[in-house]
Amino acid sequence: MNQMTPPAQPPAVSVRGLRKRYGALEVLKGIDFDAHRGEVVSILGSSGSGKSTLLRCINMLEIPEDGTVTVDGTEIELVAQRGGGRRPADTRAMDRMRARIGMVFQDFNLWSHKTVLGNVIEAPTHVQKRPRAECIAEARTLLDKVGIADKADQYPSRLSGGQQQRAAIARALAMKPAVMLFDEPTSALDPELVGEVLRVIRALAEEGRTMLIVTHEVGFARDISDTVIFMNEGVIEESGPPEEVFAAGNNTRLARFIEG
Amino acid sequence: MDFEFLSQTFLKLLHGIPVTLELATLSLMLGACLALAFAVIRVRRIRPLNWLVIGYVYVFRGTPLLVQLFIIYYGLAQFPEIRSSFAWTYLREPYWCALLALTLNTAAYGSEILRGALLSVPRGQIMAARACGMSGLLLFRRISFPIALRQALPAYGNEFILMIKATSLASLVTLADVTGIAARIIAETYRPVEVFVAAGTIYLALSYGLILLVRLAEIRLNPDQREPAPGAGVSAARKEVNP
Repeated sequence: MNQMTPPAQPPAVSVRGLRKRYGALEVLKGIDFDAHRGEVVSILGSSGSGKSTLLRCINMLEIPEDGTVTVDGTEIELVAQRGGGRRPADTRAMDRMRARIGMVFQDFNLWSHKTVLGNVIEAPTHVQKRPRAECIAEARTLLDKVGIADKADQYPSRLSGGQQQRAAIARALAMKPAVMLFDEPTSALDPELVGEVLRVIRALAEEGRTMLIVTHEVGFARDISDTVIFMNEGVIEESGPPEEVFAAGNNTRLARFIEG
Repeated sequence: MDFEFLSQTFLKLLHGIPVTLELATLSLMLGACLALAFAVIRVRRIRPLNWLVIGYVYVFRGTPLLVQLFIIYYGLAQFPEIRSSFAWTYLREPYWCALLALTLNTAAYGSEILRGALLSVPRGQIMAARACGMSGLLLFRRISFPIALRQALPAYGNEFILMIKATSLASLVTLADVTGIAARIIAETYRPVEVFVAAGTIYLALSYGLILLVRLAEIRLNPDQREPAPGAGVSAARKEVNP
């Protein structure tokens, strides 16, 4: 749990009027929310509610048709493109913004041709162009922190799912991101491996990192979040501190979702 | 069989190896560069180049290499524009004609191998690179291409061996490669069996060397498949990432 930051600072992530459609299907129907510095925001909702799409719009892996995303005070400018939709006005600016956002995927997506250490130092050395020795030293500290220091020289295919996901978290942290995005980080894991990944995420939350977590782990979300967002069919239905959202009881869809 | 004659022939044929190897190496290297460019054009669907490459691959895969070689060697000389251009200094030489035909042919096959390999790079790994702020050439150089290369290597190794053997066609435009020398000895001695056995042995040895090289490259590029992992247990094997 974290204290709220002083209100004077701009929010770490600010989303306004976000809309996203795939063909005729409107996945996000106007989303507004802020995540403040040091805040842990969990996004819950049944599959198809648009929560993963929302996360992907924040670092522009999906380009929203309408609305704005501001990360750490910088808005990524989108311009209309021929044939519908929008594209970033400046792809370099978008790359710079993405480098400030750490993302952890459901399927880990470690680079298969690199060792765990190679995965962790890849972006710091080639995107941020920091000295290699410094990056390696930091990477080892991070791998130690997520509990897989002994796997540094292994290739991803040799690791269990839980170890791969912890390596992926270290890879994201290596960029010293302003915000961490977690896209269902435990959904692809065997049940017995979920705990080790959740423990790492919980430790990050306790450090006061700004994190947005899309998850199905309701108990976990209730435990570590400052704010819980419940999405349904492309809109935010409930949002607020976990004790309020879960106590509300007036939203039957949320109640049904929690029941499982 | 006359072993004395066989060994003499074998020694004579060894003189053709440099030409054979040079043709194969140069055409494969130049062809691979072209193939990569063509594969990227296809994968990125860069129009209108995309259409040109599709037509090119169709023509060069759909006609025999021998026909392509003859058209280049005999056909191009018919155009006065080519004969008066600077390209003629090269195109009147059988060596350069053979190299050109081999290069264009392997580029067509190679581009399809590399295109398939590039398409097989898991989307999730590319997305992870984008999420880190990589794009364009950096992403291609550091992520897409190395992964595609590992995917393409077994199929491309096949292409290497096919090309070693395809160089024998160069003998038909008078080049003194292994087959070219063999043909000359046969014309002098009328003893095709011994000569071709000797020539076949040389091609076999060259292919074997090449197979070893490709195998070494595969092992080097895929260190994770070298030996069973000491630490990873059953769950690692079961939980193979499959995006």
